[in-house]
Amino acid sequence: MSSARTVVIIAALTLREASRRRVLLALAVLTVALLGLSGWGFSRLAAESSEFSTLTSGEARLAASQLLNLVMFGFSLMAALGTAFLAGPTLSGETESGIALAVLARPVRRSAVLLGKWLGLVVFGSGFIVLAGLAQCVVVWATVDYWPPQPAVALALLAAQTTVLLTLAVLLSTAVSPMASGVVAVGLFGATWVAGVVGGAGASLDNEGLERVGTVSRVLLPTDGLWRGAMHAFQDPSPITASFAAAEAFPFLSMAPLTAGYLAWAALWVAMIWGLAVASFLRKDL
Amino acid sequence: MAADPTAVSGGAAAGAAADLIADLPPAPGVWCSGLRKRYGRRPAVEDVSLEVGRGEVVGLLGPNGAGKTTVIKMLLGLVQPDAGEVMLLGRSASDPAARARVGYLPELFRYQPWLSAAEVLALHVRLTGAGVPAREQLESLSLVGLRDRAGDRVGGFSKGMQQRLGLAVALVAQPELVILDEPTSALDPLGRADVRDIVLDLKGRGVAVLLNSHLIGEVERVCDRVVILDRGRLAASGSLAKLLGQREVRLHLTDVSAAAQARLAATGELERAGDWFTVALPADDDATTVPDLVGDLIAEGARVHAVEPTRISLEDRLLGILRAGHGGDR
Repeated sequence: MSSARTVVIIAALTLREASRRRVLLALAVLTVALLGLSGWGFSRLAAESSEFSTLTSGEARLAASQLLNLVMFGFSLMAALGTAFLAGPTLSGETESGIALAVLARPVRRSAVLLGKWLGLVVFGSGFIVLAGLAQCVVVWATVDYWPPQPAVALALLAAQTTVLLTLAVLLSTAVSPMASGVVAVGLFGATWVAGVVGGAGASLDNEGLERVGTVSRVLLPTDGLWRGAMHAFQDPSPITASFAAAEAFPFLSMAPLTAGYLAWAALWVAMIWGLAVASFLRKDL
Repeated sequence: MAADPTAVSGGAAAGAAADLIADLPPAPGVWCSGLRKRYGRRPAVEDVSLEVGRGEVVGLLGPNGAGKTTVIKMLLGLVQPDAGEVMLLGRSASDPAARARVGYLPELFRYQPWLSAAEVLALHVRLTGAGVPAREQLESLSLVGLRDRAGDRVGGFSKGMQQRLGLAVALVAQPELVILDEPTSALDPLGRADVRDIVLDLKGRGVAVLLNSHLIGEVERVCDRVVILDRGRLAASGSLAKLLGQREVRLHLTDVSAAAQARLAATGELERAGDWFTVALPADDDATTVPDLVGDLIAEGARVHAVEPTRISLEDRLLGILRAGHGGDR
């Protein structure tokens, strides 16, 4: 039994679990609701707000960018919560209940089983965020005629953000209970986002100490950094947006695109956390 | 990547070696030596060695917390031993491929509740890499009485049905070694009888079976050998014939003088309940011990009312072994 085969079998099983456990259905219902609400909101904005129609096109695109990023944040939160709470039950839940006993007594390597679970979750989380994000872009385009400058980059970064968080959730679920792993992963995700906002405020106030809070948190857990990169790719690239983002430290606008160095760090971070998860899972007595 | 167990490199030397190996008797289903495991400072298993041959059914017995399940989990790589060596079907258990022909029913039997029974079997067949056709997979379900429930979600199964499913999972991928950890804990008497038949059928087909059970009667009926664990250590092991070979004789006596009592005690271990005396017979009894003893007792003036040969049950033997082991602290 080759390990590659095990990875594929377990990844497919994880995806099947997500659909059978109605996670897929729940996310689909939430997504449609959010898409509908935002579509309605955007269309009202364009039709009724006299301000919006009197805005210059640059200002209108700025407003659209902010709103798009706001809704995208909602989607990225759903993806984060969904995968983090899926990772817990699927890994530590199975070890607790005993389901893992029969599976791991088969001629399979634990690292292959873990990779399969991770891969299934990555496909699930990334697939969700890409589809929902794309649908949202279409809704915005249809209602206020705004199309983001780099939608592919933005969606890829959102998928990367989801991957980062679920890798952390996988590591946690090899060590702690299913519920704790989900709670800790989502808690850290929120804390990093808040630290990012604090860092942005620090930058606009020229307060180096505050700014460092954001920088350090973005290194420790790259979700917020990737999220800011995604926002930058969604938002209007005009100078007016950039100056607004810099002056107001608005949490749903980003000042700069991601650097290649940061992306490399995020990839290395995922590899390191994944390695820790394998080491922890290999040593675990079931 | 797991190596292909059938891959043999070319060359005459390798061919000759392969022939040589093919002529050897098959390696035992399980062989382990010096297994040791501690949880924190508490030793769970200390220096346990055992072997289960092909076509042999070995029972693992012992009180709660004796380390039986831990031993089984160490054999299957589910628990990492602190020391010791394990071979499954002739391959080192550190290689996952050694488990390709191993079926396992865990004590904690739970299967993906969101899959159907047939899907659980298909998953396990895929994980094993064995090409078992769907029809044969369904036969495994028939064997455990779940044929009619093949398409039902496991989440709706009772405990007994889940245990039956676990048995089918253990048997589905043409195993050469089957490890059953408390296989009848959730089953009704009918289910227990089914398990007994299944184990005897496996034995008949040359499959090695390691059976951990609290039900001594069950073990006595199907096992060739038993291994008794107590507080993580091997308390006794051997064939049932050897462990149960010891016989006793019960005598109903009156007017027993001190000399007659001494004659009884000289024969073997003696227990007395009122006028009933139970004497353990020596293992090398050549059928003269009892008539000689009775003759001598009459000569010493004792009146003999009854002489009943009895056989020690496995339960008595097990309790005897465990009590002897705990003698120091009870």
